[in-house]
Amino acid sequence: MSKPYYDAADLRKFGKITEWSEELGNKFFDYYGKVFEEGALTAREKSLIALAVAHTEQCPYCIDAYTKDGLQRGITKPEMMEAIHVGAAIKSGATLVHGVQMMNKVNKLEM
Amino acid sequence: MATKSLKARNNDIANTSRQMEILSSGIFANGELPTFAAKIKETGHFPLRPKKLEILQINLGYMCNQVCEHCHVDAGPDRKEIMTVETMQQCLEVIKKTEAHTLDLTGGAPEMNPNFRWFVEEAAKAGIKDFIVRSNLTIIRANKKYYDLPEFFKKHNVHVVSSMPHWTRGKTDKQRGDGVFDKSIKALQELNAVGYGMPGSDLKLDLVYNPSGAFLPGDQMALEADFKKALKADFDIDFHSLFAITNLPISRFLDYLIASDNYEDYMHSLLDAYNPAAVENVMCTNTISISWDGWLYDCDFNQMLNLKVASKVKHVSDYNEDLLQDRNIIINQHCYGCTAGAGSSCQGVVA
Repeated sequence: MSKPYYDAADLRKFGKITEWSEELGNKFFDYYGKVFEEGALTAREKSLIALAVAHTEQCPYCIDAYTKDGLQRGITKPEMMEAIHVGAAIKSGATLVHGVQMMNKVNKLEM
Repeated sequence: MATKSLKARNNDIANTSRQMEILSSGIFANGELPTFAAKIKETGHFPLRPKKLEILQINLGYMCNQVCEHCHVDAGPDRKEIMTVETMQQCLEVIKKTEAHTLDLTGGAPEMNPNFRWFVEEAAKAGIKDFIVRSNLTIIRANKKYYDLPEFFKKHNVHVVSSMPHWTRGKTDKQRGDGVFDKSIKALQELNAVGYGMPGSDLKLDLVYNPSGAFLPGDQMALEADFKKALKADFDIDFHSLFAITNLPISRFLDYLIASDNYEDYMHSLLDAYNPAAVENVMCTNTISISWDGWLYDCDFNQMLNLKVASKVKHVSDYNEDLLQDRNIIINQHCYGCTAGAGSSCQGVVA
């Protein structure tokens, strides 16, 4: 039997983190709940942001959670995929923009 | 996409006792999840009892022109169970003396019952003011003989409630069959044309949203806003309200949950979203469901599980409202579908 590091059933146990540190855990979940409420951004927009970030963070629990959340909100497949591309574009952009640092360094070192 | 009912396919799940067995074993037998009875005991709701009777929901037959993936009735063109005139007459006797103010006609496609129009006319004479017809929309375009249904509905001021799983073609056709989206759009436009669903109109047109998969419906108001915006912009369609209804783990939807390995996760989702406030107003507390052959049930779902009312009165021919109202409502694990989130009923959220 292989023992994977991640188990999909563990997502349901997320709330249990309060058991070993109640105050901090509760503060986190209160904050978390508040963040996703309808605000200046709609709950739907926040769900799509969460989906994109879930991918850039490569968090399997978050991907499961926000894919399902999106379906529940009637978010379509193209909308979900476009959101992920936004995350991917920022990720690759963040890599490539460091190319400027590399170029600066080369220009400084080379005669 | 299925084209036949589970019954016609001799599927194991078509057997209601097999469904009850599934709902009582596994995660509910080993204590991983509490039974519905145990859960509602926590808030003193057990046994669940009826309140004032408001709605008679009559199933005119399981025949339907569609075979939807999630259908809890397992309806389809191959289902021959249709209410007879004799049973309709027994229902009319009940309508004359009941306290219920609303007659909710469902199926299958209720319009496919050859005596559908006669029954609506007689029920109107018998004093029903509030008619609901659960129309699948495509029936209006299925055959010339149904083309004038919008006018017929209008004549009797029927409140039309129609399923529409999404505002996009792909999601709709996947759940309800190829071509359903385009036909539904056409039918909605025709209903709009006679005045249904228009802002301020008394001709009520509401839509029903069922999730097309192993997930729960999102916020009803937010979904309604999305549906309204998209249907108006893309097709110039107006409607009044959207009812978000949770799929209950029975019949074809149960078959799907098991086949796709989603059953346990789905039951966990229902439990996680359990809302004691929704228990207060579950529809079985104000509704009686009558099957095509005249048997009485606490709700449409219990009808499909063949769980007849726990009362001396079990058939419309013996109807006695006082006796019937003094009963305990039959519950099982499928009932979690009506108490998740803001709750779910044939009229949408309840909490």
